[in-house]
Amino acid sequence: MDWLKIGSALFLVAMIIFLFPRARHVIENSPKGSMKDWMGYIVPMAAVILFVILLIALV
Amino acid sequence: MQLNTAVTRSQEAILSTNKVIKNTYILLSMSLLFSAFAAYLGVITGIGHGASLVASIAGIAMLWFVLPRTANSAAGIPVLFGITGLLGFGLGPVLNYYLAVNPSIVMTALGGTGTIFLGLSGYALTTRKDFSFLGGFVMVGMLVVLGAAVLNIFLGIPALFLAVNAAVVMIMSAFILWQTSSLIRDGETNYIMAAAGLFLSILNLFQALLHLLGAFSGND
Repeated sequence: MDWLKIGSALFLVAMIIFLFPRARHVIENSPKGSMKDWMGYIVPMAAVILFVILLIALV
Repeated sequence: MQLNTAVTRSQEAILSTNKVIKNTYILLSMSLLFSAFAAYLGVITGIGHGASLVASIAGIAMLWFVLPRTANSAAGIPVLFGITGLLGFGLGPVLNYYLAVNPSIVMTALGGTGTIFLGLSGYALTTRKDFSFLGGFVMVGMLVVLGAAVLNIFLGIPALFLAVNAAVVMIMSAFILWQTSSLIRDGETNYIMAAAGLFLSILNLFQALLHLLGAFSGND
């Protein structure tokens, strides 16, 4: 096994361990979004997806 | 009298918020320029994957352990530049690889990242919508993506690699909306921490776009 792979995996696992308590805090304290709120997110995301598809077609 | 006080406080709050936003974007642009210079150094020196991993680990370690302790003082600014420099330097091997196979991928990913960031920030700043509900989604998404990335280091499934990078684009886009909304609504009052968060989202977005463009152009 490549030591670089092991190092990268350990680094990512450390990130998960470090991020977990903060993630739990944010999940417990962030408000629930309404349908209208999620639409406000979905519309720009659709634009981002279309833009990425355009970039892929360009290269 | 009470109304006057309320108006004055409100104006003070608006001025304070605008100052945080202005400082965040000034610091973010400076740190991006510095990171680009460090990435250029990484490219011309031809650093290997091992050195890149060490630079990235050092950058993230500074972000976790040093920045939170220094973010409330002037010392936070050089620490942020240290983090962005190390993370930029760590991009060297990836950039070298794509520059060798097709330099237009790097330029397209760079332009795409800038356009997505400016578009989403502009959307959050002009609509002034509250995106605080995205916090849970962003955090769960990050944990799932990190877990999938760990698995794929050992499995090496190309479809999973693409799925992870596509998910990173979505999650980082959500993060930009969430963080910008937090700046407008006084959730984040520390411009050094805000600039660090936005820098990381831009860096991850750029890397994910780079991999996606490389894969779909048949060069990955």
